[in-house]
Amino acid sequence: MEVAVKPESAAIRKHRPGFWQAGVLLSALLLALPVIVVFSFVFVPAGEVWRHLVDTVLADYLSNSLLLVVGVAIGVLLLGIPTAWVTTVYEFPGRRLFEWALLLPLAIPAYIIAYTYTGLLDFSGPVQMLLRSVFGWTAGEYAFPEVRSLGGAVLMLSLVLYPYVYMMSRASFLSQSLSMLEAGRVLGAGPWRVFFKLTLPLARPAVVTGVSLALMETLADYGTVQYFGIATFTTGIFRTWFGLNDSAAAAQLAALLMSFVFVLILLEQHSRRRLRFFQTSGRYRHLQRHRLYGYRKWSVVLLCLLPLTFGFLIPAGQLLVWALSIAEETLDQRFFLLVGHTLMLAVTAALITLTLALFLGYGRRLFPSRRVNFAVRLSAMGYAIPGTVIAVGVMLPFAWLDNRIDDAMREFFGLSTGLMFSGTLFILLFAYAVRFLAVSVQSVESGLARVTPNMDDAARSLGYSPGRVLMKVHLPIMRGALFSALLLVFVDVLKELPATLILRPFNFNTLAVRAYELASDERLADSSVAALTIVAVGVIPVILLSRAVSRSGVRDATPT
Amino acid sequence: MQRPLELQQVDVAYGETPVVRSVSLILGAGEIGCLLGPSGCGKTTLLRAIAGFEPVRGGHILIRGEKVSRPGYTLVPEKRGIGMVFQDFALFPHLSVARNIEFGIAHLPAGQRRSRVEELLRLVELPNIGGCYPHELSGGQQQRVALIRALAPKPALLLLDEPFSSMDVELRESLAREVRRILRSEQTSALLVTHDQSEAFAMADRIAVMQQGSIRQWDCAYNLYHKPADRFVAGFIGQGVWLPLLRDTNHVLCSEFGPLFPNRVELPHRAASEAGDDPPLELLLRPDDVVYLEDGLHCEVIEKSFRGADILYRLRLPSGTDILYITKGHNDLPVGATIPVAIKMNELVLFTAE
Repeated sequence: MEVAVKPESAAIRKHRPGFWQAGVLLSALLLALPVIVVFSFVFVPAGEVWRHLVDTVLADYLSNSLLLVVGVAIGVLLLGIPTAWVTTVYEFPGRRLFEWALLLPLAIPAYIIAYTYTGLLDFSGPVQMLLRSVFGWTAGEYAFPEVRSLGGAVLMLSLVLYPYVYMMSRASFLSQSLSMLEAGRVLGAGPWRVFFKLTLPLARPAVVTGVSLALMETLADYGTVQYFGIATFTTGIFRTWFGLNDSAAAAQLAALLMSFVFVLILLEQHSRRRLRFFQTSGRYRHLQRHRLYGYRKWSVVLLCLLPLTFGFLIPAGQLLVWALSIAEETLDQRFFLLVGHTLMLAVTAALITLTLALFLGYGRRLFPSRRVNFAVRLSAMGYAIPGTVIAVGVMLPFAWLDNRIDDAMREFFGLSTGLMFSGTLFILLFAYAVRFLAVSVQSVESGLARVTPNMDDAARSLGYSPGRVLMKVHLPIMRGALFSALLLVFVDVLKELPATLILRPFNFNTLAVRAYELASDERLADSSVAALTIVAVGVIPVILLSRAVSRSGVRDATPT
Repeated sequence: MQRPLELQQVDVAYGETPVVRSVSLILGAGEIGCLLGPSGCGKTTLLRAIAGFEPVRGGHILIRGEKVSRPGYTLVPEKRGIGMVFQDFALFPHLSVARNIEFGIAHLPAGQRRSRVEELLRLVELPNIGGCYPHELSGGQQQRVALIRALAPKPALLLLDEPFSSMDVELRESLAREVRRILRSEQTSALLVTHDQSEAFAMADRIAVMQQGSIRQWDCAYNLYHKPADRFVAGFIGQGVWLPLLRDTNHVLCSEFGPLFPNRVELPHRAASEAGDDPPLELLLRPDDVVYLEDGLHCEVIEKSFRGADILYRLRLPSGTDILYITKGHNDLPVGATIPVAIKMNELVLFTAE
């Protein structure tokens, strides 16, 4: 009997070598298109509008964006690191709950928390009403900080973005070799010196990664700054495009914004590399949490309760109160149509990105080469690119293409095809693929990493064909990863605002767009049902995330 | 000179589970001691209690005569004036080798720090690696850096927690001897924890064999091997089998090889106390106690393992009992062959049969 045992990869490589590689390179090129387009406008000579922008608002965009970034950086550090530290090393009431609950604010998009607090804190909101009725003040008699300000935006963004820092630094604290910290103690350093000389410097790459993720989101934010009336790059791109009707100037603004984002990407990737380099060798013993008593116990509880309360409990509670008050009028057929649209869109986008991610992931596994590696990394770059920039970057080429096709069809067949790409859901789905592919790629690759090449070979040597290896070995092992890839993109699409706002077909709404529109019309309560739906769905990936975080964590101390 | 370490009936527990039970031990100045035992015997816990990472439930720990642990009080590790070498070396990955070594002597002026670092690096014959980072070093180099980092503040006592467990077997013994040389030249007393006998033998002056949280014997390597205090130590240290003994009509102890004491009737005192009068006894027979003798007992070769310089045989006595026999590598016998052997031993190790 002849048994030719060939590794699956070799077999496929032999059959279609060019097809796959070319496909990977082509899709990477397509997905990088928005960025390439946006940057190409740097070489377009600056027009009238651009000069106008430079003279008037560009300085504001720069300074506001910069202040926002610096403020949020400080905010997420102050909220993220202490909570990560105390939940790692101390034992106190509710510690297990806080471990995952501190991630919950991540479920609330910044624009939703922004208008929730506006509703709570503005003149006619419950807080000021209460103050007036308790102290008998009247309007104008007292000073109350304005939520809709730069400071307010910093606070809002920090409250929902600190979990990135919390998560990254906690993972780093947990992974630090306990004996290394003990070595510090034996060498004469007290607990504080160990924290500042060893723990924190070692966590620095992780902290920097977390901060740069939070800042990417800050730069990408459109809903909050627009609602608070702060002129930043994202609002500027919108205004230039739709207000001043100059797509070239908008693209140039987008290019400028992108260069800031690239700095963050470089920072993040550099830190991730250092993270590996800083990894201390495996843990020999479990961490033993120090039990706190008395006032120290309660101050730590308070420390954890603070970001959780203001970042999740209060805004989610307010949304719930509003939603209950208007549920009857809002939960009508139009609302369910809206939900249907949104679900359809999110599911389609999730499936498309997963397919692409599988294609790229297997491409990288079967044909590892520098070109393919680079292509995959390039196509996964979109996670850092603000939705507004992607919108500009896809709109320009596809609108151009539509016009060319339309012209040609009219010339030859005398019929107008209209906006085949840019006027349909196609362009929106394309933008989602660009923006969220990284999420799927990451899940797929972590799943694929669990299927070692030797498993392929083992299954083949036991008589399985490549197809059956895929079904019987790969699929069962990767099922969880594939599911989370779908889920994460689904939720991200649900929350996405700026790109959807620009690219959606006429009269096509999603929950996020609807919530935003109603809030912009000062109909805060009316928007709450849509907003609450987004938050509720957003909690799902947070739970998944928290499970991953606690899995990497420690159990209660056991002796060795 | 003051005793670097004294343990007085130390008890340590995790929650309700006692891990170390009433351990007492005195380590002399300049002495290198070892806690040896199977995993889970409490040796690492005891070491951590000495370092100040675990509180004691009972007894006292004294370092240089100062009481550093007693029930309800644990002096923090950084104030104990000890050094510790960890199983995973625990080098600080973000600091260079020199900065790692300087960590514990940060209070010294820069000049003194630098000269101490240089002196220590020379001591381990790695004079040029001060600027390297830990991940650039080999395992053996990391080990040496971890050692001199712990020695830099000139601790009264050095604790080593399985310091060679992540090393290749071939490296272990040579490293253990080198560490011994370094400790001698720094005149540091040390306590080592290991589960590996050859490591313990290569490094330590005195070894505490631990089982289930208590010390069974605190002695030099020779005595552990040849004069074990109980059956556990006898079985744990070295190889050997238990040979059943009988009494003949004259009440003379005999093994299958004949009377144990052809010239004496009395039992040696060690065994006498335990043996009492009647209970059956067993003799610990090490492979090196068995010798080839032309008119000896004919045994069958059951198993052999060739080990280069020597061969270890498992032989079956006519009664069916198996014994071990070690001989030079060129005395090659096939399995199934017979060989006449006898026993020849200086120290008789007798315990009551279990």
